[in-house]
Amino acid sequence: MPDTIIHIEKKNSLNLRWLLKMAWRDSRRNRARLALFISSIVLGIAALVAINSFSDNLRSDIDNQAKSLIGADLVVASNKEIEPEMQQLLDSIAVGGDRSDEVRFASMVYFQASEGTRLVQVRALEEGGFPYYGEIESEPQDASTAFRSGGRKALVDHTLLLQYNSEPGDSIKVGNLTFEIAGALHKIPGQSAMTATIAPAVYIPKQYLEETGLLQKGSRINYYHYYRLPPDTDADELATKLEPRFDAAGFGFDTVQSRKESTGESYANLARFLSLVGFVALLLGCVGVASAVHVYIREKLSTIGVLRCLGMSGKQAFLVYLFQVAAMGLIGSVAGAILGSLIQLYLPQLFQSFLPVEVTVGISWSAIAGGIGIGLVVSILFALLPLLSIRNVSPLITLRAGIEHVSKQPDKLRWAVSGLILAFIFVFAYLQLGTWLRASGFTAGVLVGFVVLALIARLMMGLVKRFFPRSWGYVWRQSLANLYRPNNQTLLLTVSIGLGTALIATLFLMQRLLLSEVAIAGSENQPNLVLFDIQNAQKEEVAQLTREQGLPVLQMVPVVTMRIDEIKGYTAADVRQDTTLGISERAFTNEIRVTYRDSLIDSEKEVGGSWQGKVVSSGGAVPISLEDRYADRLEVVVGDTIVFNVQGALIPTIVAQLREVEWNRVQTNFRVVFPEGVLEEAPQFHVLMTRTQTDSQSAQFQRTMVQRFPNVSAIDLDLILRTLDDILGKIAFVIRFMALFSISTGLLVLIGSVNISKFQRVQESVLLRTLGASRKQILSINAFEYLLLGALAAGTGIILALGASWALAIFSFEVPFVPDLAPLLPIFIGITALTVFVGMLNSRGILNRPPLEVLRREG
Amino acid sequence: MSTILDIQDLKKTYNSGDRHLTVLEGINFSLQAGDTCSIVGPSGSGKTTLLGLCAGLDRASSGSVILNGVKLDTLSEDERAQVRNQYVGFIFQNFQLIPTLTALENVMVPLELRGERNVQRQAMELLGRVGLAERHDHYPTQLSGGEQQRVSLARAFSNRPTILFADEPTGNLDEETGQRVEQLLFDLNRESGTTLVLVTHDLDLAEKTQRIIRIKGGTVVSDTGAPVSVSRDEI
Repeated sequence: MPDTIIHIEKKNSLNLRWLLKMAWRDSRRNRARLALFISSIVLGIAALVAINSFSDNLRSDIDNQAKSLIGADLVVASNKEIEPEMQQLLDSIAVGGDRSDEVRFASMVYFQASEGTRLVQVRALEEGGFPYYGEIESEPQDASTAFRSGGRKALVDHTLLLQYNSEPGDSIKVGNLTFEIAGALHKIPGQSAMTATIAPAVYIPKQYLEETGLLQKGSRINYYHYYRLPPDTDADELATKLEPRFDAAGFGFDTVQSRKESTGESYANLARFLSLVGFVALLLGCVGVASAVHVYIREKLSTIGVLRCLGMSGKQAFLVYLFQVAAMGLIGSVAGAILGSLIQLYLPQLFQSFLPVEVTVGISWSAIAGGIGIGLVVSILFALLPLLSIRNVSPLITLRAGIEHVSKQPDKLRWAVSGLILAFIFVFAYLQLGTWLRASGFTAGVLVGFVVLALIARLMMGLVKRFFPRSWGYVWRQSLANLYRPNNQTLLLTVSIGLGTALIATLFLMQRLLLSEVAIAGSENQPNLVLFDIQNAQKEEVAQLTREQGLPVLQMVPVVTMRIDEIKGYTAADVRQDTTLGISERAFTNEIRVTYRDSLIDSEKEVGGSWQGKVVSSGGAVPISLEDRYADRLEVVVGDTIVFNVQGALIPTIVAQLREVEWNRVQTNFRVVFPEGVLEEAPQFHVLMTRTQTDSQSAQFQRTMVQRFPNVSAIDLDLILRTLDDILGKIAFVIRFMALFSISTGLLVLIGSVNISKFQRVQESVLLRTLGASRKQILSINAFEYLLLGALAAGTGIILALGASWALAIFSFEVPFVPDLAPLLPIFIGITALTVFVGMLNSRGILNRPPLEVLRREG
Repeated sequence: MSTILDIQDLKKTYNSGDRHLTVLEGINFSLQAGDTCSIVGPSGSGKTTLLGLCAGLDRASSGSVILNGVKLDTLSEDERAQVRNQYVGFIFQNFQLIPTLTALENVMVPLELRGERNVQRQAMELLGRVGLAERHDHYPTQLSGGEQQRVSLARAFSNRPTILFADEPTGNLDEETGQRVEQLLFDLNRESGTTLVLVTHDLDLAEKTQRIIRIKGGTVVSDTGAPVSVSRDEI
């Protein structure tokens, strides 16, 4: 007798067409359920497609509107007055084309209608063609040209007009001059609304600049020169040719191309960050898919057993269900892509504060194809984990139902699939973030998030099981037992809802933390009003006026503007030639503001060397103190030499001390401090710090100050807080919008898992009802179970958020972690209530089934 | 006549923690083409385990199962699936129809798995033979228990099996329906010349087969080799 299978005809090969047909047939009664569990990936795909479509459109819009980003072919900027030699160069660039000059500086303005004062960015623009491309948008529209075509007229940021109850026709005082408000300024070429929030602009004609009296020595003034080049001149070639001379003179420049690249890159970064948030939502959805497929396959075990009995191979059975999942993944991805394409219609509105260009909306086929591809791949990858078990289903299940018929032996393929999932996450993150390190960080972060949530869920199940409260009433015990029964949803819901909660809670915590940092900094006896640009001659009078107003002079600090000429004997030219020195060229071109005093103040701490507060003898290097991180950037240590250039006078110094500085105080902090006895005669201005008790006292003081000393500017802490709140609010809104995808996905996973386990719950409820349980008792069991699940998920998410916020506060923002726990309670209650609501809403059909119908079906 | 099923010194044990449970031990018998045989015994005696081993649904701990000349013990699960598809038909107590397939599709599956063509015609003929041609497009839940078992019969014979294994084929049916299904089973078996192995508690049904193997405590306590009278107390 033969002892091999020589008689077996090889007809049982993979017949893909038939397997597809079988997959179609087998899905018949499950399509609605399959669609439901695949729906959990829809939002993730939608988020990705929306962000990527928007990003594609933005990129092409930046390309199309590139010239209006800077409004000229070339912009040359400098923060010091132009020397004659450079003036010649600047004039020569304009030959054959055109040039408009602009001077920008911060100053107080006074709105006569409301008698309000405000620190703004004054832009004194020359009459001329700027902007050569795009336009300054104003209301009335001709105001953008009318304000500089004669007469003392100003164009004022529209939000300022609203805040200060002013309108075109009213007056605004800038320095010594009063201007008629010609119109409301809405948009400047290449500038986003966010920039306007930080520094709202007031345009005045440049011809009146001198008369305002605001150009004082030592003030921080920026000079911009906008060029329209002759048609045959290539702006980039010209800029490259002139770069060494620009650098030597400390000039910055921008061409359409360079601005396009930097703008494109910064928005691409934002888009990448947001698509990672979308990707997290997709991963959450995939966890839902894996869990749903797991339950689905468990219910299909008997069918698989029959097919195996009838001669289907493990591979064939596996393929039948793989095709079903792939088809659903495809449908889910297509639905997500359609939804994402619709959502992106709203995104320009969402991002409008951040955008420098008008964004058009259009279908991005590459984003759609990418989204569908990613959705298909991840849904299959995650579903593979439960699908692989199909290969090991024993046909014996047909004879003995109800016992384990799936091999529990370790499956190498499962490890391979888990590895593939991690690799996919890593590759996706790499494509978005661009560096291996960041991609590893993201992958590790996702892994840690999932693992922590899963561990807490398991721990909770273990604790409930171990310390089961046997003395509690039946309803409570049954609900608690449901948390760890077979096919429970504890792990899935804790991970999916928990991660969504963690994202939202982290955002709230960080926003509050950053705001409270500023608020704390200004509390108690800290200064809350800073006056700057006080000239030497005004110093005593300003202090006197402050005291007359009943306000203390907390600090009066001198500020000297200078540049670095040499570091350790190296000049800018040396650094340019030898990049191994590690010193940035910018160290030589940037102006720095320096003070002098004889001791450290309370926001400073010595971390190296020692401080000599006074220089008595002239000659030799001046011992100075550097902020430690600035010293790192300059690559200097205690004992190294630096030569400073103060308005042409060279001062050799030696690093005598390194200091740590708390920058987050409302205080004048400096990177470089000179001892007394060196800079007293240098051109300088002063900063005065005081503390006002009320808003009206502050407003009154600022008004008086502006009227007496128009060149003196004031920053009050309220203004900083309001601006920061506004900026953080806008950023948080965008991130919250994206986090919403995660929360919604968590809820979809909840709906999916409630529905998937519905059959099991119907059976349980029927059995309980048969045994005499009332509807109320069964409802209570379900409600309490969802309450526990929601509370566990929300609680775990909040714990994770506290951990994430701590890490962000300490390592990224470098602020002490003092979380404001107030918003956490509403988040906890909200998410828990939502879980109970969605759970109960989807369970309502359970009680409506007559017991006999279910028992008969079982029989 | 050729030997269709040859069981030699069959043993099956299960490990449960530290315990070794011997379910079957020292089982020997063989069946010739066209034989009908019942395996009877009390609950837990090992008769369903024996059926599973004979049909290649499970692997023995020791001993051998040779089905239609193929030694099953050395084959992988997929190779045994192929053997089942070519030579074996099944009837189960709880019918085991695939709920998402119509009656016709359920009957077609074994033929489709073999890669045969025009399977619909053959399946319709078989459904007609069991009296359910009119209900070919009904799903299992739309059929009564007796109708489901008749579809199951049609499916079992669809691949023209050499041997048919039936696990309590009438166990879930009322007496009248059960008798109609029995009649159909034996008629079809006779017409196709298939070897039949029945596992049953029903002594009347067992007596309709040529041979009864009685199992108790995992061993064969009697093997008639031919129809004999067995005391009801012993079952």
